[in-house]
Amino acid sequence: MNAQPANVEADAALFTFTDVTVVGSDGRHRLHGVDTALPTGGVTALVGPSGSGKSTLLRCCNRLEATTGGAIRFRGVPLESFDPLDLRRRVAMVFQRPTPFAGTVRDNLLVAAADLTDAGAGALLTRVHLDESFLDRDATELSGGEAQRMCLARSLAVEPDVMLMDEVTSSVDHVAKGVLESLARALSAAGMSIIWVTHDLDQAARLADHTVVLIDGRVADDATAAAYLNGASDE
Amino acid sequence: MSDDITWVGLASSLVLVALAVALSRWRKLSLEAGIVWASLRALAQLLLVGVALEFVLPRNLAWSWAWVAIMVVFAAETVRRRAGEVPGVFGLALGAFALASAVTLGVLFGFGIFPLEPATLVTLAGLTAGNCMTATVVVGRRVLDGLRDRRDEVEARLALGLSSSEAAGPTVRDALRTALVPQIERTKTVGVVFLPGTMTGLILGGASPLGAVRIQLAVMYLILGSAATTTAVVALGVRRRVFTADHRLVLPHAATR
Repeated sequence: MNAQPANVEADAALFTFTDVTVVGSDGRHRLHGVDTALPTGGVTALVGPSGSGKSTLLRCCNRLEATTGGAIRFRGVPLESFDPLDLRRRVAMVFQRPTPFAGTVRDNLLVAAADLTDAGAGALLTRVHLDESFLDRDATELSGGEAQRMCLARSLAVEPDVMLMDEVTSSVDHVAKGVLESLARALSAAGMSIIWVTHDLDQAARLADHTVVLIDGRVADDATAAAYLNGASDE
Repeated sequence: MSDDITWVGLASSLVLVALAVALSRWRKLSLEAGIVWASLRALAQLLLVGVALEFVLPRNLAWSWAWVAIMVVFAAETVRRRAGEVPGVFGLALGAFALASAVTLGVLFGFGIFPLEPATLVTLAGLTAGNCMTATVVVGRRVLDGLRDRRDEVEARLALGLSSSEAAGPTVRDALRTALVPQIERTKTVGVVFLPGTMTGLILGGASPLGAVRIQLAVMYLILGSAATTTAVVALGVRRRVFTADHRLVLPHAATR
């Protein structure tokens, strides 16, 4: 896989960040003047050490996080001109820890799409390699890997264009990790844009078509990014 | 009503306080000062209230309303002291108590269940605020702690395109249940497990037991109604405080209590 920093034309970009700054409620800068573009299609990895601002950048994309300064565009349109709830149905998200809601797997899928039929729910489960018998299982009793796949199915239920995946393999076992990686590749092959946050450089190399390196809340320049990706970072 | 308890009688009941002090000293609980202070404070406060109810208020309904307003403010301030980590809790509690008082007093006086007199006004308003403080504190804290503990789940709901009220719904419902269940349980077991204060007071004061029961029931329904009102106002108010207009969850930092 190509592990170079993303360098795409702004008009072809999925997300364009212009001088984006995020200051937390504790006064700490999480992002410092980020200028970057995330391309449409494929898997884009956001990598960097802990606390480098990867998750913050990701959470800006569906407006779970607000920017303090700068501008973000989604397919060329300012992010704030979208209704946040509509935006989140186009730009879905799976979190670091599985977030099953109380109830059955079916109940969970119905939270995302209230008019979902059993056939539709079964099809969603098939997409994440879970069989239909899971529909009646208690979602909070699933294993970590199963729960994470159910969360992915739940996010797919809103029929998004983009899937934000925030360190989704960090709390699951080795096998589940492989399954989630192959699911991300399959979704990307089917035309969905995937933005994948990880601190695992091997995983980024396996998975990503494009890679953006963040260090200390800034997008690393080419030399710093190359050094970091080669493991020679001074971090 | 029959004769009041005499001053001598009241003084005699201090024997029971002395017993508590003796027990504390015997078991080395170091609670003697606390017991004496609590007893004296209760004496002073209630005497003051009694004097006011007996001599000042009967002549003036306006003063009684002022007293009600002060009680509502004082109750809201008590909630703020006990749940200071909840953002904007004073204003919310003030609004909640004011609304609950308006609703419950409106029903009780509007339907002529009680006559609108200074003494009944102050007493019923006091019952409303006094009995709802704990439920108000519980619900405010529970909503905030619940959203903090279940932050991932709440954000997962937001990320599915749910509004902040839908995303916080399960947490708010749990908090309301937790705050209201004790009051519902008390209402269910009344008369079986314990005899409530209003009724015992009336019976000791010489009222007929059935008359006392009628008043007690009206009071319990008053408390139930006002607890439901205050907790709903506070729960929804806290929820509005911790979400932005664009449906983001912004929790205050964990407070140092």
